[in-house]
Amino acid sequence: MAKILKKEILVHSSPRIIKIRIEAPFVACKIKPGQFVILMVSSYGERIPLTVVDKDKKTITLIFQEVGYTTKLLGRLKEGKTLYSLVGPLGNPTPIKKYGKVVAIGGGVGIGLIYPIIKALKKEANVVVSILGAKSKDYLILKKEIKKNSHQLFITTDDGSEGEKGLVTDVLERVLKKEKFDLAYCVGPLLMMKKISQITSFYNLKTIASLNPIMIDGTGLCGSCRILYDGEVKFACCDGPDFDAHLVDFDDLIRRNTRFQEEEKLLYEKDSFRRKKKNI
Amino acid sequence: MRKIPLEERKKTFKEVALGFKKEEAIKEAKRCLQCKTPSCIKGCPVEIDIKGFIKFIAQGKFGEAIKRIREKNSLPAVCGRVCPQENLCQKSCVLNKKGAPIKIGYLERFVADWERENKKRTKPKLKRRRKEKIAVIGSGPAGLTFSSEMSKRGFKVTLFEALHKVGGVLRYGIPEFRLPKKILDREIEYIKSLNVEIRTDFFVGKTETIEELKKEGFKLFFLAIGAGSPKFLGIEGENLNQVYSANEFLVRINLMRSYLFPHYHTPIKVGEKVGVIGAGNVAFDCARVALRLGKEVFIIYRRGKEEMPARKEEIENAKEEDIKFIFLATPKKIISDERGNVKGIVCLKNELKEEDSTGRRTPYPLEGSEFLVELDTVIVAIGTKPNPLIKKIAPNIELTEDGYIKVNECFQTSVPYIFAGGDIVSGNATVINAIYQAKKAAFFAEKFLKKCMM
Repeated sequence: MAKILKKEILVHSSPRIIKIRIEAPFVACKIKPGQFVILMVSSYGERIPLTVVDKDKKTITLIFQEVGYTTKLLGRLKEGKTLYSLVGPLGNPTPIKKYGKVVAIGGGVGIGLIYPIIKALKKEANVVVSILGAKSKDYLILKKEIKKNSHQLFITTDDGSEGEKGLVTDVLERVLKKEKFDLAYCVGPLLMMKKISQITSFYNLKTIASLNPIMIDGTGLCGSCRILYDGEVKFACCDGPDFDAHLVDFDDLIRRNTRFQEEEKLLYEKDSFRRKKKNI
Repeated sequence: MRKIPLEERKKTFKEVALGFKKEEAIKEAKRCLQCKTPSCIKGCPVEIDIKGFIKFIAQGKFGEAIKRIREKNSLPAVCGRVCPQENLCQKSCVLNKKGAPIKIGYLERFVADWERENKKRTKPKLKRRRKEKIAVIGSGPAGLTFSSEMSKRGFKVTLFEALHKVGGVLRYGIPEFRLPKKILDREIEYIKSLNVEIRTDFFVGKTETIEELKKEGFKLFFLAIGAGSPKFLGIEGENLNQVYSANEFLVRINLMRSYLFPHYHTPIKVGEKVGVIGAGNVAFDCARVALRLGKEVFIIYRRGKEEMPARKEEIENAKEEDIKFIFLATPKKIISDERGNVKGIVCLKNELKEEDSTGRRTPYPLEGSEFLVELDTVIVAIGTKPNPLIKKIAPNIELTEDGYIKVNECFQTSVPYIFAGGDIVSGNATVINAIYQAKKAAFFAEKFLKKCMM
C-alpha cells in the first residue's frame, strides 16, 4: 500500500510542482474535497500534511511543490516506490452545497488544492468564478481543468507572462466591485489569504480559507497546528483545515509557520553534503 | 538502583536506571518475608502474585518468576520501569514500616529484562480459537492489554492505531531515558505473538467508522484512545513560536526522534533557558528532555515542593540533574521581543491556603506580586483532556460533562457492544491503572460475547 503509481512533473522550474497518484484504497473510498492525508517518506522522515486533489476507487492524487526538505524527498521518489506511512482522511471536508455565486481564489500550488473544491461546487450548481495567481506562465497549473469547471476564469501572473500582470487580489477587488457573491473560498500563500480576507471583509462576503500550519500527528494530539481564531485557540487538524477567514489571526499563523526555518536550512545542508559525498 | 554517572546522564538519552544484576536481584528477593497474607498483592491494581514471583527469584528460577508475572500483566518490562510502586505494592509491603520495602518494581524489571536478554520468552497457550472478531482502538497500555487478554481467551483481535507506530503514550509520551523504545518494541512483539493483528495508520472514525467495521464482522469494540488533547493555560502569548504543549514537545522527541535531528528530519527548537509549567510526571519528562538538549531548565509550579504530583524517584533524578524549581508561581503572561521570540514569563506569587479534595493546599495568587522569569522557551505541561474527535470516533456514545466516556462497572459504554478503558474513562492516570481497567473490561467483554452467543 501507499505505492506511487504515477508521477507527473507539472512545473519543471524550481521549486517544481509535482503530481503523484498513490495507491490508498482506504483513504480513496472516504476522502472528500478539503480533507488531507499525513505521510512520511521514510522512517526517519517528518510527518507532513498534504491535501488530496483527486481520487478514484483505489487511488488518491496529491499535488505538492518542492518547497521544503520533505517535499523534496517526496519529489525524488520514483514510480513504484512505497511511502513509509500514509494516514487519512484527516480534517473536516469543505461543506459543499449550493451557495449561489462563489468566487474561488487559488495561488501557486494552492491552485492544485482548490481544484477539487471548484469541481465539487460546480457539481452542486453553483456559479463559480475562479481567480488563479502564479509566479509566471510556467508555474500555472491545472488551467484547462479549472477552466472547464468555472463559469469565468481570471489569471494573474507576477510577470504578466500569462493573463494579466499583478495579483489575484487586484482582480478580486475589481470583480467584487461589479458583482455580488455569496461565498469566497481561497487556498494559497498566507499573505495572499490575509489580503483576500481584508478585501472580502470590506464587502461583507463570507470567506473560507484552507489553512496549512505545521502539523505532526494530525489527530489533535500535539497542538502544533494551533491557530488563533476569534481570540480562541483552535487546532487546524481537527477543527479545520477550513476556517472563516475573517476570524483567523493570519499574522499569528504567518509567524508560527516560520518556527523551524533555520532547522530546515540545516537539513538542506546535511542533504547536499550527503549527496556530494555519494557522487564521489 | 545503579544509575549511569550523573555527568554522562545529563547529556544522553540512554536509560538512567541500570537495573539489578543477578546477584543483587537474588539478594533483594531473599529479603522478602514471604508473608502469609501478603499485603503487597493487594497494593497491586492487577494483583500480580508478587510473593510468588519473588520466591522464584530468590531461588534463581527467573523463568518461572516472569511466567508468574505474565499471568497477570502483559507489560512487565514497562511496568517495572514506570509504575509508581512507592504508592502501590511497595507502599503496602510490611517492610515499608521500617522504611525499607522490597524493591518490587526493580525485581519485576529484572526478570522482564532477563527474559528478553536470554530469549526465554514463552508463548502462553492460547485457548481454542473463537471466530468473533474484536476491534481495539488505540494502542497504548489499555489497548495493548485488552488485545492480549482477548487474544489469550481465543478471540480474533485487530488493534487499530492512528499513528505510524504502536504504543500510544508509551511511545510518544515517555522518553527514552525512562523507557527505551527497544524495550517497548519487545513488549509489543510479545503481544503480536499472541496473534493480535496490528493496523497502524488507521484512524477509526475517519479511515473507517465503527459502523463500517461492524458491518465487516467486528462484534465488539474496545475504545482505548487515551485523553491526549493538550490543555493550555489560556494566557497571553501562549501561541508564540517557542511555546510548546508538553505533548508537542514529547511527540517531536519521542515519536519523531527529533533529539537526533537532522539524522531524523523532524526538528525541535529549544532556546537556552527553558521553563516547564507544571510538576507532574509529564512536566518532569519534558524538563529532563530539555536538560539533555543542553539547556538550563526551570520547573514552574503553582504549589510548593511537597505538593508536586510527580513520582518521588523522578523528582530526585531531576534534582540530581540540576533542574531548578520555581514554586508558588502562577503564570500570567508570556512576553516576547518585537520579533515574536519568547523573552520570559510573568508570574504571580502564590499563597497556599486550605486543603482541597486531594489533600493538597490550594494556591491563591497575590495581587501585585508579579515577577519575571527570563526564558526563551516555554513548555506547558498542565495535563490533557479528552480529544474532541471522540464524537467522530464513536458518535452514539454517552460522555461525561468533561468529555470522558461513561462506562458501567463492567467498563461497558452506553452502546452495549462498545467497551472502554484507560485514560479516556478515568482521566489522566497511571499505566497500571489503564492495564487494570483493560483487564477488567476483557473479563466482562468475554461474558458479554458469550451471552450474545447464547
